[in-house]
Amino acid sequence: MLDAIRSEVTTVSAVTDSALPRVLKTYESELLEDWMREQMSTFSRTSRIKEGDLRAQATEFLTLLQQATQSGNTSDIMSPTYGRVRDMLGDLSRSRGMQGFSPSETAMFVFSMKRPLFARIQKELGSKPDELASTTWAATELLDKLGLYTTEIYQKSRDQVITRQQEELLELSTPVVKLWDGILALPMIGTLDSARTQVVMESLLQRIVETGAEIAIIDITGVPTVDTLTAQHLIKTVTAARLMGADCIISGIRPQIAQTIVHLGVDLASVTTKATLADAFRRALEMTGQRDKVGRARG
Amino acid sequence: MDRIPILKLRDLLLVTIQVDMHDRLALQLQEELTTRISETGARGVLIDISSLDIVDSFIGRMIANIAAMARVLDAQTVVVGMQPAVAITLVELGLTLPGVRTALNVDRGMSLLERASDEAAAALERDDDSSE
Repeated sequence: MLDAIRSEVTTVSAVTDSALPRVLKTYESELLEDWMREQMSTFSRTSRIKEGDLRAQATEFLTLLQQATQSGNTSDIMSPTYGRVRDMLGDLSRSRGMQGFSPSETAMFVFSMKRPLFARIQKELGSKPDELASTTWAATELLDKLGLYTTEIYQKSRDQVITRQQEELLELSTPVVKLWDGILALPMIGTLDSARTQVVMESLLQRIVETGAEIAIIDITGVPTVDTLTAQHLIKTVTAARLMGADCIISGIRPQIAQTIVHLGVDLASVTTKATLADAFRRALEMTGQRDKVGRARG
Repeated sequence: MDRIPILKLRDLLLVTIQVDMHDRLALQLQEELTTRISETGARGVLIDISSLDIVDSFIGRMIANIAAMARVLDAQTVVVGMQPAVAITLVELGLTLPGVRTALNVDRGMSLLERASDEAAAALERDDDSSE
C-alpha cells in the first residue's frame, strides 16, 4: 500500500519535472549559444576571462547539468547525482575567486542562464500553461540553488585565504631573540589577542627549554594598547615561565600604558618591569651575574 | 606496579618522575617522600618532572603539596624541568605554585639548592657569632 503511494508520488513529481530535462536535452546547443552571448555581454567590459575558456566552462556545465537532470531530480543539488556539477562549479568559483571576480560576477555564470533557458521552456510548453508554470518554477529553483552554491564556495575559498594569512602573520610576529648567554628577548608588535598570546607564550616557553635561558625579556614597545585581558595574558606568560624556572622582565611600557594599567587596577607587582629594553637588559645581566664580565670586555 | 624512585645524594633527595603520573602514584610518592625526608634528615629535595607531559588539577595540586610538606620538614624543594605545555596548563588551572622554587634543569636546581644551603649555613654562623 505504502509502496503504491510512493510510486504514485514519484510518477507525479516525475511528470511535473520531466519537461526541464527534456528542454535541456533538446535545446542544448541553442542554449549554449544564447547563454554565451548573455555572458559575453556581462563580461565584455571586464575582459578578464577569455571567450574560449568561458565556452569550455559553459559547455562542460551544460553537459553535466543535462546529465544530472535526466535522473528526474531537479531540486536537490546536494544529492550524489549532482556531484560532478557541484565539483565543476566549486572549481569555477575558486578559480574566479583567485582571479579577483566579485561574488555576484561569479554567481552570474549560473544566473545568466535563466533568460535563454526560460525562452526555450516558453517555446516548448507555450501551449500548456500549467506545465509551463511548474517547469519554470523547477528551473528557477534549480538555477537559484546552483547560483547560491557558487557564492558559498566563493566565500569559503576567500575565508581560507584569510585564515592562512592570519596564521602566517601569527608566525611572523613572534620572533624570540637571544640577546646574551641565558637571556632571551621577545619583542612584541601589534595588538595582543588571545590566539596571538597563546602562540607567543608557547614559542617563548619552547625557546626557554631549547636554550636553557634563565631570563626572558618581554618588550611591549610595539603594543599600541593594553587592556585587562592583555595584562592577564602577560601575567600568565610570566607565571608559566617562572614555573619552568626562568624569570621574566617586562620592558617598553609606554607612559600611556602605565597609566592604563594602573587605572584598570591590574596588579603587576609580581612582575619585574622596566621602562626600556636597555634597562631590562642591564638588570638581566646583573641577575645572571654577567654585568662585570660585560664591563671588562668593553673596557 | 610503578614506583617512583627516591635517590639520596649527599644531603639531598632526588626524585625523578619517569612514568605517567596517576593519582595513586602521587599519593604514594607523597607518603614515601615525607618518610624519607624525616629518616635521612635531608636538607634539600629536587623533583625532576621533565618527563611529565600531562598534568591535571589533582597532580598539579599534589606537586604543590609535596613541595609544601618538604618545606615544613625543613628541606628546600626545587621543581625542575617543567615542560612548556605543563606550565601553561597549570597557569590556566590557576595553580601558580606560589612559594615553590623552580629551575630549568637538574643542574641549575642543584646549584640553587647548594646556594640555599650555603646561605643557611652562613646565617647559622652569623647567629652563633652574635650570640657569643
